[in-house]
Amino acid sequence: MYDAPHYTERDVAQTDTKISAKGVQVYYGDTHAIKDVDVEIADKTVTAFIGPSGCGKSTFLRCLNRMNDTIDICRVQGDILLDGEDIYDRRVDPVQLRAKVGMVFQKPNPFPKSIYDNIAYGPRIHGLAKNKADLDVIVEKSLRRGAIWDEVKDRLQAPGTGLSGGQQQRLCIARAVATEPEVLLMDEPCSALDPIATAQVEELIDELRRDYSVVIVTHSMQQAARVSQKTAFFHLGNLVEYDDTSKIFTNPEDPRTESYITGRIG
Amino acid sequence: MTDASMHETPRKSSIHTIDARTKQRNASESRFKAYGIAAIALGLFFLVVLFVSIVRSGLPAFTKTVVEVEFTLTQEQFEQAESQLMKTGAYQDLFIAGIQSQLDARNIDVQADPAALERLLGKIGGDIRAFYSENPGMVGEPHVFGLSASSRVDGYFNGRVTRETLVDSRFLQASDLDLVDALFEAGIIKSAFNWGFITGADSGVDNPGGAGIGVSVVGSFFMMLVVLVLSLPIGVAASIYLEEFAPKNRWTDLIEVNISNLAAVPSIVFGILGLAVFIQFMHLPQSAPLVGGLVLTLMTLPTIIISTRASLKSVPPSIRDAALGVGASKMQAVFHHVLPLAMPGILTGTIIGLAQALGETAPLLLIGMVGFVARGYPDGFVGGFVEPNSAMPAQIYTWAARADASFYDKAWGGIIVLLVFLLTMNIIAIILRRRFERRW
Ligand SMILES: Nc1ncnc2c1ncn2[C@@H]1O[C@H](COP(=O)(O)OP(=O)(O)OP(=O)(O)O)[C@@H](O)[C@H]1O
Ligand SMILES: [Mg+2]
Repeated sequence: MYDAPHYTERDVAQTDTKISAKGVQVYYGDTHAIKDVDVEIADKTVTAFIGPSGCGKSTFLRCLNRMNDTIDICRVQGDILLDGEDIYDRRVDPVQLRAKVGMVFQKPNPFPKSIYDNIAYGPRIHGLAKNKADLDVIVEKSLRRGAIWDEVKDRLQAPGTGLSGGQQQRLCIARAVATEPEVLLMDEPCSALDPIATAQVEELIDELRRDYSVVIVTHSMQQAARVSQKTAFFHLGNLVEYDDTSKIFTNPEDPRTESYITGRIG
Repeated sequence: MTDASMHETPRKSSIHTIDARTKQRNASESRFKAYGIAAIALGLFFLVVLFVSIVRSGLPAFTKTVVEVEFTLTQEQFEQAESQLMKTGAYQDLFIAGIQSQLDARNIDVQADPAALERLLGKIGGDIRAFYSENPGMVGEPHVFGLSASSRVDGYFNGRVTRETLVDSRFLQASDLDLVDALFEAGIIKSAFNWGFITGADSGVDNPGGAGIGVSVVGSFFMMLVVLVLSLPIGVAASIYLEEFAPKNRWTDLIEVNISNLAAVPSIVFGILGLAVFIQFMHLPQSAPLVGGLVLTLMTLPTIIISTRASLKSVPPSIRDAALGVGASKMQAVFHHVLPLAMPGILTGTIIGLAQALGETAPLLLIGMVGFVARGYPDGFVGGFVEPNSAMPAQIYTWAARADASFYDKAWGGIIVLLVFLLTMNIIAIILRRRFERRW
């Protein structure tokens, strides 16, 4: 039903594992939100998480950079390895981890500061820029990658919260790439974007894939098919099926996957 | 035909006619608005009544009656007075004789016996002598003296003392009022603005005219300085820790409950605590603004902590997520993003806490912050903290408790000064709030 893009085959060859999750369980208090999930996320690959609303996509994504630490009632069990190192190890400082594993949140959340400061904040605290000129370069590059440069280049000192919803989302994408993470987690980055901006963001994702590993949560089957090489289908906290995108969309093994992508459940 | 049938279809109602439910809703809405307006009007009414009565009762404290008279002391009078046993008495007699001769010179026909003039002016000989011993060159030269009239003359001008209510006493007699009227017409007695009330120190119980609130304003200032310097950093640090860093468990719940309880503890309890801990145990000086400030700090801390935590809580969690998401540490997220957004609330809470502390009386009475200071201001900055002093509300309390009715005016006047300070602080709070509140 959905055409798997032809370029996927050639790219799946690179199978260095970037993140490997084994037996992950997540509980919110008594709610069992993620049930025994095993996933291997490959380096230099775009991995899509799809599934009906409330199935735990965001929850699992937030485990990958330990953003769930901020939720008091959330408990995570199992192993998640980044480059073979357990990210839930006692020696891991989540702050250092999050510099490597960046995130774009489901709801746009720009800082109530200027557009410039929104982008410059990350590079500043990580010392990525030696001087103001360096920082200017990073800001421009990031805004261009976020497909928002043309719209904001004349008002970099205007508040980031004064942008439209879709512009804010792209600002957040630009902010996330400004710190040069090794893995970028994107939670429905295009849910508020028009087709043109969506195409630009997808182009960015494709470009990021050259150096980084990207995980994207999406509700759009077309988008998953267009940008990803691997797709994971979640249902009620279970990882139902995880395979090459072309395989998932043309020849799914599980009947639940098939009914979801053909629009029968969700 | 078709038209008519269309009108009769029940489902399509016109939006030009208002149906019963909408009418009911509108009615309840306008009722609610009316209640609100009534409540505000009532509040404003009482506010106006309060202000009018305070201003009316307090204004007399800001005026004083002065007797302005030109007087020349000749060299031989000077020598004669200095040779006497009762030197100040001699000066007084000479001065009064001077006033009498002036009245004669201006053809003012009024019975002005020395005793009556003495009742008007009080004991002035000392002041006159002090003037000439400080300015010996003025002997033989004419000089205009402006002397405060006695408090009962003040009362006569303020309307507190009238011919009808006056009971003859050794302080004032009915016939003296004729003399006062005549002197007023002659321009010798005048009403003037009483700077001494704002800048001066408290006076003895028998001299209400000379009482001023200035020194206790300074006392309050040093106390507030102690409160601000201690309670703002401690309160804000405690709230940030509790709100952003502390694990949510039984201990932090316990602390939270106790902070709320502390906020509800009557202030007099803090006073007795201060007396026991700071004065009896730690032997800090009594009546010192330092101790007053410490006690008020204890009282203000819960207020600041509660309002700071509330404003930290109101910062949307997505901002913290955003900061953590780009790899900021918790501390960076709090200080770079959360705190600036919470700033207006923190400042407002702090200033409200300070204003509360400024008006607090009960704990100050217990630690003796009602020091009677007649010798003027504390020496220097350190002295301001440790030398005995009073505070504005305690001073007002002291005046209100004194027997002489003239002190009553002073108490009201003190309340006006206190309110001016409170209003100023509230205005500062509003300005800071506006400045820090970024509307984006
Ligand atoms: N902070 C939280 N506290 C308690 N339960 C939560 C919390 N966040 C998520 N959940 C629960 O965990 C489950 C998975 O939520 P999650 O947000 O991961 O879904 P999702 O797949 O991202 O859905 P959507 O597509 O709508 O974003 C849901 O049942 C939700 O109710
Ligand atoms: Mg989600």
